Amino acid sequence: MSTTSISELSAQVRRLRKHDAWYRNPVWGRLVVILALVMVLSILTNTTQGSPSDYTLMFKDSWFCQRGAKFLLGGVVVWGLAEVWRWRGLSKIASQAASPVRGLRNSSALTNPWTKRGSLVVLIVVAVLLPTMGMFTLPYFQSVLAGQVGVYVLAALGLNVVVGWAGLLDLGYIAFFAIGAYTTAILSGKLPVGDDGNPELHPPIHLNLFFAFPVAVILTMVAGLVLGAPTLRLRGDYLAIVTLGFHEIVLKVAANDPHGLTNGSLGATGIQTFRFNLFGIHYDWRTNDAKPYWYLAIGIIILVVFAFRRLEHSKVGRSWTAIREDEVAAAASGVPTVKYKLMAFAIGASTSGFAGVLATAKITAITPDNFPLTLSIFVLAYVIFGGMGSLIGVIVGAALMTFLPAFLQGPPSWFNSGHPVVDPKDIPMWIGAVLLAMMIFRPQGLIPSKRRAQELSQAEAGVGEADAMTGVAEGVAQ
Amino acid sequence: MYITHHFWELLFQGIRLGSLYALIAIGYTMVYGVLQLINFAHSEVFMSGALGGVFMLTALVGNKGKVPTGFAAFEYTALALLAGAAVGAGIAFSLERVAYRPLRQRHAPKLVYLITAIGASIFLYNLAGKLFGRNNLRVPEPFHSGKVFVLPGSGAVGPRTVKSLDLLIVISAVVMMVGLDLIISRTKLGAGIRAVAQDSETAQLMGVDVNKVISRTFLIGGLLGGVGGVLYGLFHTVNYTMGFVPGIKAFTAAVLGGIGNIRGAMLGGLLLGLVESFTQGIIPNGLQWVDVVAFVVLVFVLLVRPTGLLGERTGRAA
Repeated sequence: MSTTSISELSAQVRRLRKHDAWYRNPVWGRLVVILALVMVLSILTNTTQGSPSDYTLMFKDSWFCQRGAKFLLGGVVVWGLAEVWRWRGLSKIASQAASPVRGLRNSSALTNPWTKRGSLVVLIVVAVLLPTMGMFTLPYFQSVLAGQVGVYVLAALGLNVVVGWAGLLDLGYIAFFAIGAYTTAILSGKLPVGDDGNPELHPPIHLNLFFAFPVAVILTMVAGLVLGAPTLRLRGDYLAIVTLGFHEIVLKVAANDPHGLTNGSLGATGIQTFRFNLFGIHYDWRTNDAKPYWYLAIGIIILVVFAFRRLEHSKVGRSWTAIREDEVAAAASGVPTVKYKLMAFAIGASTSGFAGVLATAKITAITPDNFPLTLSIFVLAYVIFGGMGSLIGVIVGAALMTFLPAFLQGPPSWFNSGHPVVDPKDIPMWIGAVLLAMMIFRPQGLIPSKRRAQELSQAEAGVGEADAMTGVAEGVAQ
Repeated sequence: MYITHHFWELLFQGIRLGSLYALIAIGYTMVYGVLQLINFAHSEVFMSGALGGVFMLTALVGNKGKVPTGFAAFEYTALALLAGAAVGAGIAFSLERVAYRPLRQRHAPKLVYLITAIGASIFLYNLAGKLFGRNNLRVPEPFHSGKVFVLPGSGAVGPRTVKSLDLLIVISAVVMMVGLDLIISRTKLGAGIRAVAQDSETAQLMGVDVNKVISRTFLIGGLLGGVGGVLYGLFHTVNYTMGFVPGIKAFTAAVLGGIGNIRGAMLGGLLLGLVESFTQGIIPNGLQWVDVVAFVVLVFVLLVRPTGLLGERTGRAA
């Protein structure tokens, strides 16, 4: 009896002490939080950029001026509305009204395989018709579709295997993309330039670029195996840092130009594009029209999605699920964890290399600057945003996240008319913010895979792990 | 042989760089000890510390190019280091409060933690770029960095003469590391940190306020990282992306020494600094390959000794 009374008493005292002064009322705490958020937003949405000669410029321009006052006022209004909402108990009524709807949605949608197939078909039809509709008839948007949306949807699908299915974190994913890109340049005869800088003299390889796909896939798969074999035996979070380092190494090697292999910071230009010459049918993909690249990308993505869907429900896919849900239990039940983790890593890497070939054929010129480290993290953000583990989620997420920045930036004609809302330089900042917000508020993503969402909530309740980060395989000490 | 001529020079350069890596690595290793989390955003703590130091120096010294002397020089340097420490500690502390604590309270899986840390890192450095411009910032000289003594051998890379700035870097790093070691092994807070690192649930049952200990761990790590940033900024460029590479290097150093092990991080930092310095001396065109060599060393160490040189002895005094 005495123990309960003491703990209750101390809790009561704490509660009393917390509420004895008017300023201790949590209402004011919420006001402070909202005002802080609003002030940060005022900076984030400001299109002016800071200057190194006047460090206070951004603060003057977004806090101590009309803009700051407007944001403050808006914050107070939002806070007031929220408090009224809370006070009237409206939120409770709303949540009661919403709950049956939510239950219904959980039970029916996306569990039926035909709904899933149907939404995939709808996606395909929309994708095929897209270049004929509205603003997508503009060459700028067609180029965005083919060069960014298609390529990064493909890349994100591959990363989904690593992060979403095997539960591993790969932060150097674009390194494999770069390997694919450089393979393309080498196979089309533009690299290596040799020590004398003339590419024509050195390797007289001029292959049809469709042959770059298998070569790049094999090369990136080998690279993935070489990188993964030593690290996948260890704890999963080492993989994150080693892949990050690997990306840095690939960039440095490309920039340092060993024996003219990569032509340093100049890279390769004039890489030929795809051409088709079989059974008497001849077709060239031309650089001035982006539509054929888009259709090629759609075709490849359909094949990859088909293959991955088969993989997801195969023995391999189920092993991945077992590994990420509880690696120790999986290993104890006879799942060769290292083998399957390596397999996921290699499949992801080769998909990235595949996407690299596709991207290079579209842009026809590459330099090491095309593959910055932030790009690896962007692709990760696409996967997370869409919903890791869910194929539709990843496709939609990657498409939205690549298209939105391009849309906000707008084609040159829009840019000149003052249309852009977001400075292109700020896009990495927004991507970071999206990652943060998603992880704090909706870690399962936009269109979550049902299994993945359940795992995440179970892991939070203390059941299972939802990732392959603890890694006790092969008896390495924790 | 190049190396015999430049041995002392490369050695000193390695120690200078290594002591900075050690300062940052301690932040990684301490957070890893208590949370088992790679705090990717620690490189941004380092960067913001450097920015804090630079702003303090600009406010004190100004942009006129006049180098302060005498007591003013001493005072300005100390104030810049303090500002860096304060900003670094502040950023690390608020990072823990805003981003990591909500996740911890929901027992989020590790993948979620890691992605949050990366999101925070990329958000913070791009925000700094937006706020203060994306060019290199001018760093005013806090004091005239004169020659203290001359190293034997002839010089081509780095400092042949040891300047007062070099000594400042090495001495302040060593002082802070010794201080930290004393805090960890002698004080109540240090005992708390060790307890949480060993077993946070049991520590909580024994009456350790785990949240408070974690907060303070971030504070200490941020403090060291911030000072490291200011010192790094005094001989290197300062801009919004400056945190990334030293951050990864420092993490490498932490793994090298055995992650979670504070003395290991110090040793790992020093070793990595020496490896990089001697790489520049031995390999022709070595400066371009420094980063590559650092990562190759990391992979090699993970292969041969996955628990690092001193072992992952989280929760011990050492």
